[in-house]
Amino acid sequence: MKILALDSSGLVASCAVLEKKENGEEKILALCSTDFKKTHSQTLLPMIDHICAQTDSKPEDFDAVAVAAGPGSFTGLRIGSATAKAIAMAADVPIIEVPTLYGLAYNFRCEKRLVCPMMDARRNQVYSALYGFEDGKTVIYKDQSALALEEMAEFINSLGKEVVFLGDGADAYKDEIVSRVKVPFVFAPAHLNRQNAASVAVLASEMYAEGKTVNADDHSPEYLRVSQAEREGAKDFNLT
Amino acid sequence: MSTNLSENKDLLVLGIESSCDETAASVIRGCRTVLSNVIYSQIDIHTVYGGVVPEIASRGHIEKINLVVKQALSEAGVGLKDLDAIAVTYGPGLVGALLVGVAHAKALGWAAGVPVVGVNHIEGHICANFISNPELEPPFMCLVASGGHSHLVNVSGYGEYEIIARTRDDAAGEAFDKVARAIGLGYPGGPKIDKAAREGDPDAIVFPRAKVRENEYDFSFSGLKSAVLNYLNSCNMKGEKINTADVAASFQKAAVETLVGHSMQAASDRGVRKFAIAGGVASNTSLRKAFEEECDKRGIEFLRPEPVYCTDNGAMIGVAGSYDYLLGYRSGLDLNAVPNLSIGERKGVFKV
Repeated sequence: MKILALDSSGLVASCAVLEKKENGEEKILALCSTDFKKTHSQTLLPMIDHICAQTDSKPEDFDAVAVAAGPGSFTGLRIGSATAKAIAMAADVPIIEVPTLYGLAYNFRCEKRLVCPMMDARRNQVYSALYGFEDGKTVIYKDQSALALEEMAEFINSLGKEVVFLGDGADAYKDEIVSRVKVPFVFAPAHLNRQNAASVAVLASEMYAEGKTVNADDHSPEYLRVSQAEREGAKDFNLT
Repeated sequence: MSTNLSENKDLLVLGIESSCDETAASVIRGCRTVLSNVIYSQIDIHTVYGGVVPEIASRGHIEKINLVVKQALSEAGVGLKDLDAIAVTYGPGLVGALLVGVAHAKALGWAAGVPVVGVNHIEGHICANFISNPELEPPFMCLVASGGHSHLVNVSGYGEYEIIARTRDDAAGEAFDKVARAIGLGYPGGPKIDKAAREGDPDAIVFPRAKVRENEYDFSFSGLKSAVLNYLNSCNMKGEKINTADVAASFQKAAVETLVGHSMQAASDRGVRKFAIAGGVASNTSLRKAFEEECDKRGIEFLRPEPVYCTDNGAMIGVAGSYDYLLGYRSGLDLNAVPNLSIGERKGVFKV
């Protein structure tokens, strides 16, 4: 079984090929990530082409295409989704919609501390969630949502457990985390601190085994936020 | 390869368009024959906001893109691997909206082993004339007028475009939208003003026709729009009743006279034999009639696309892409959206 995994939800564009053997053994055959000035539109597909060429993978060899399906940059999410939808359509395979923050937390899949992935959501909010991976089983302490940092900090303080912070949101709100979080915590090192398609692929493989796939035609990102016009228009037009 | 139609009658090109609020796809055979033309319009969603909301448009595109492309292929009875090329609008337009089509088309082409060529949206509008007028060959002159664009273009050959005139401020369609909103007709303004004007007197109010000093062919519509708004304000202040149909008819007359007047001046000065119109505004009945009459007077052949090919659609992109493909143009896996792409400009589209 082979999965092509993509993540273009944030500043990083990342793609990976995962292979799972019949005995359950998993391997990341290739991984490519870029966090530089170019747009995802310019980097993602050339990287996919590269890792597929390196691993002799043709689109029809994949059993599913996994994509970091939100939250994230609206445009970034759509570049990943449009790419995934087209490849899945051509190969006639389903899509695995991996929640972005859950995938990001998989950078620390064997961590004993709690894992708090965080993305800068602007407007004084972060996209964040809180996971525990004790005993190889995931506990979702807080599902992904857009919220104020102080709300997440209070929640973490109320649990009283050690935490690992990661993601561009943790960088952006570093000072506030330091001042508000009262439990022991660490920040992730650079190589584990951003979205990574290999992590997305590993989580996607678990989801695939559980039958958590969708028809590529029906896939759309989970933005966790309505557009500005809907937010403001809802007031003007009495839509709510 | 040549652009000779008889040599390329079996060429199959998929056209994908997502530059504004229509998700559209079409399969074109032999550069001009439309095998399918699927358009998913979001107009009802945007009407609530009085105009196109870019983020909502982009969200609509990603939801519908697979369905629209699949339907275009199945109606045409064509498989992905049968295609010679995939043509996609990469500009001008709303960047977030364009990126959905561009990312999708590139990945589809990559996965199916089909070359991709990025197409200029406005050049697509011009090429819609090749669908409705099978005998049409360049050279000809074309007025492209829509909600976002007003250009007078000389088409000297396939894939060869020269801008003769452009708008200095608002696009023609934009002026229609703004005036329609001001007189309470709502969005989209073009068809609503067209309809209201039929009941009104075009000579009831005299609105100005702007001339641009540096280029006599250039258009300007913001002065006309302001004149309409000033007229409405002064009526309101004086407590005079506003005749919506008269305002619509008088505004439309001024806009049409500007578009037709400048176009005919340029056509006469350059000795043009064939004149075409394109874009959303080209489906305005008053504009069509005026061009017919003026071209007839001057012995110029007048051409226009059927209304369905005047709005944004995938067929026009497929046609423009077919010729670009035959001319040797291709795009790489790194093709990006270019929201302010000019007519005749190519960025990320190169000759092989």
